[in-house]
Amino acid sequence: MKNIKFMLVGIVFGTVLTKTEAVSWFRIQEMFRFQSFHMYGIIGSAVVVGIISVWLIKKLKLKSINGEEISIPDKQFNKGQIFGGTLFGMGWALSGACPGPMYGLVGAGYLPVLIVIASALLGTWVYSYFKPKLPH
Amino acid sequence: MIELLKEPWPWYVSGPIIGISVPILLLIGNKMLGISSSLRHVCSAVAPFNIQFLKYNWKAEIWNLFFVGGILIGGFIGGVLLNNGEPVAISESTVKDIKAMGIQSFEGLVPSDLFSWKNILSLKGFLVMVVGGFLIGFGSRYAGGCTSGHAIMGLSSLQLASLVAVIFFFIGGLLMTHFIAPLIYQL
Repeated sequence: MKNIKFMLVGIVFGTVLTKTEAVSWFRIQEMFRFQSFHMYGIIGSAVVVGIISVWLIKKLKLKSINGEEISIPDKQFNKGQIFGGTLFGMGWALSGACPGPMYGLVGAGYLPVLIVIASALLGTWVYSYFKPKLPH
Repeated sequence: MIELLKEPWPWYVSGPIIGISVPILLLIGNKMLGISSSLRHVCSAVAPFNIQFLKYNWKAEIWNLFFVGGILIGGFIGGVLLNNGEPVAISESTVKDIKAMGIQSFEGLVPSDLFSWKNILSLKGFLVMVVGGFLIGFGSRYAGGCTSGHAIMGLSSLQLASLVAVIFFFIGGLLMTHFIAPLIYQL
């Protein structure tokens, strides 16, 4: 199964998110109150490692294991990053979870978080429905 | 060794591992890290109706569902198998602020005062779980990504749009944490 390798990366990703407590509502409260460096350290060091590796991939013109050219399409700026970003941030702070942690928490046995996932699916669907009418 | 793994992992261990997932996904499949997309794929698979934004071949993106399935398994490994039973080691000042909002449970990763099945029937639980979740789904798709797609993947590839998104994630988060959420948690 060619997709199993993505699942393996997800397993490591989920284990790390959970053990470093990035999935915790308490840590998100602490982050938005600027009371610890923990979450900023996680995001900051992840981004530094990401920047260096993306730079290296481009510099060395590395190909994927299938021999494909690695392409990173530019994300186009639109007003969605402002309006949607603000709404997302509000949800992130209120529920103390973003999409990765939602899945991690369910795996960790916090089953009521399934309600959060179901609501996020509904939110995604409602956005999709109203997308043509929203400012972008 | 297991005892050491059960301790909470410091940021300088977890952050770099999270960051390295960016090149790994690119190298093993030319895939860009992004988790909120999984929600769109599920919508497209289950309830596309006639919505333009949901009419695409989600099966071509199935790797993403395997990836989030892996996160769920990782949550079990990190949250159950490697659980040390200690409360999350947040700072004293955060504990004080959270107590001041009427939260009493500091067990586990999320407070049971807010997250429980029966709470869905209360206004507080409904706002935290249902409205919060709705904002996460609606907002991340509207913004074109979430913490992983914009903050990690987008910033790693120096995308200006992602920087704007991350700034507004924080504006929204700060508004909620300091002005709105305390009123909701105290309901």
